[in-house]
Amino acid sequence: MFQRPRIIPCLSIIDTDLVKTTQFREPRYLGDPVNAVKIFNDKGVDELCVLDIRASVNHEKPRMDYLKDIASEAFMPLSYGGGITTLDEIKEIFHIGYEKVILNTSAFQNNGLIEKAAQAAGSQSIVVSIDYKTEMFGKRNCYISSGTRKVKLTPVQAAKTAENLGAGELLLNAISRDGMMDGYDLHTIREVADAVSIPVIASCGAGKTGDIKAALEEGHAHAVAAGSLFVYYGEEKAVLINFPEEKEFVGEGIFRY
Amino acid sequence: MIAVINYGMGNTGSIINMLHRIGAEAEVAERPEDLALADKIILPGVGTFDTGMGNLEEIGFAGAIRDAVLGKGKPILGICLGMQLLGNRSEEGKKEGLGLIDFDNVRFSFAAETGLKIPHMGWDIVDIRKQVPLVEGVSERPRYYFVHSYHAVCRDPADVLMSCSYGYEFTAAVNRGKVYGTQFHPEKSHRFGMKIMENFARCV
Repeated sequence: MFQRPRIIPCLSIIDTDLVKTTQFREPRYLGDPVNAVKIFNDKGVDELCVLDIRASVNHEKPRMDYLKDIASEAFMPLSYGGGITTLDEIKEIFHIGYEKVILNTSAFQNNGLIEKAAQAAGSQSIVVSIDYKTEMFGKRNCYISSGTRKVKLTPVQAAKTAENLGAGELLLNAISRDGMMDGYDLHTIREVADAVSIPVIASCGAGKTGDIKAALEEGHAHAVAAGSLFVYYGEEKAVLINFPEEKEFVGEGIFRY
Repeated sequence: MIAVINYGMGNTGSIINMLHRIGAEAEVAERPEDLALADKIILPGVGTFDTGMGNLEEIGFAGAIRDAVLGKGKPILGICLGMQLLGNRSEEGKKEGLGLIDFDNVRFSFAAETGLKIPHMGWDIVDIRKQVPLVEGVSERPRYYFVHSYHAVCRDPADVLMSCSYGYEFTAAVNRGKVYGTQFHPEKSHRFGMKIMENFARCV
């Protein structure tokens, strides 16, 4: 394990608005994404993830000009997902200052894209997002198009397939836990992390820093992503871009230095 | 002016962004002739060794870099693959590197039971091994963002500028004279990286 596991604020955007969803629905408007990136930058956040959560559903292409504005404020590793369907778009996203692309809908519809992208840019820059819901009798199914379309794969099946095709990393989204802030789905995280040899980023459910520790230690996640935890403050969920201080992570035993 | 070489290997965008943020004059160099106008050079790079070196040769940058650095004494900073290309060769490919510092690049190699993954990807702290202008005023235990599967092995230990540990100790930055290279990405290592870029722009 790294002495300093990656803790990644995940910013959901719709067009040029920063939003936060609950179970992938009911997007609440939070403010300006570029401003949020500036704040995270000042706080010394180690990595950021930007997801346009409506692009694929609405068949929209990534908004390169706007993504460039976001990147110009981010002096940390940055990943983007949303509406990507071609290798040219992936190359353009790297060119404007992103280190990684995140594929979901197109990864499941067009398997060739993961392979082509991994060959062109190296696996380490290709992240596949696995979005799943826990359904009747605890059965878990993957979804695409922002959780609106079911694909008949379990998270482990999808993870192995993505790894074989050349994905360098997996972002594991538990749709039912999105925005709930009551902890990660440790069981599934562990199942997936143990089934593949590429890093798994646990996502959805973080409500406190202790949840992060659990995902890393009990869930065997390589890294964690969180939305609500870093954009809300207090029980009333007041909007406040925040990131725990260094010493809090050290105190929790999440950072070893 | 700092020339950031574009040879089709990764993003010049983030480097230019950071240089502009610290108030340095910087431009993307698309042709070998552009290096003549520059005071300093940054060689970025993401990708494989042979593709990178092949592109530098094909566009004519390889000769132009040697001329600017060896002939005119201009400082150069190689970043990530750009650093590896400053060396002699790499286990990743067959081509000869620029040979500006005497080192080879080797692939990380761990016993299976360590569970360590390749590439080495993420933030890590480094140790500064010698005091040179590039690291002036850098905080005591700086941390930087790494993404790499290969690392430099210097023939002369005096060329090691920083070391880091991943499975074992490896060279995280190299330096000889005005030639500098960092395996990590200063342009993506917020305040820690910004200090390195500032030093390169102002002090080196």
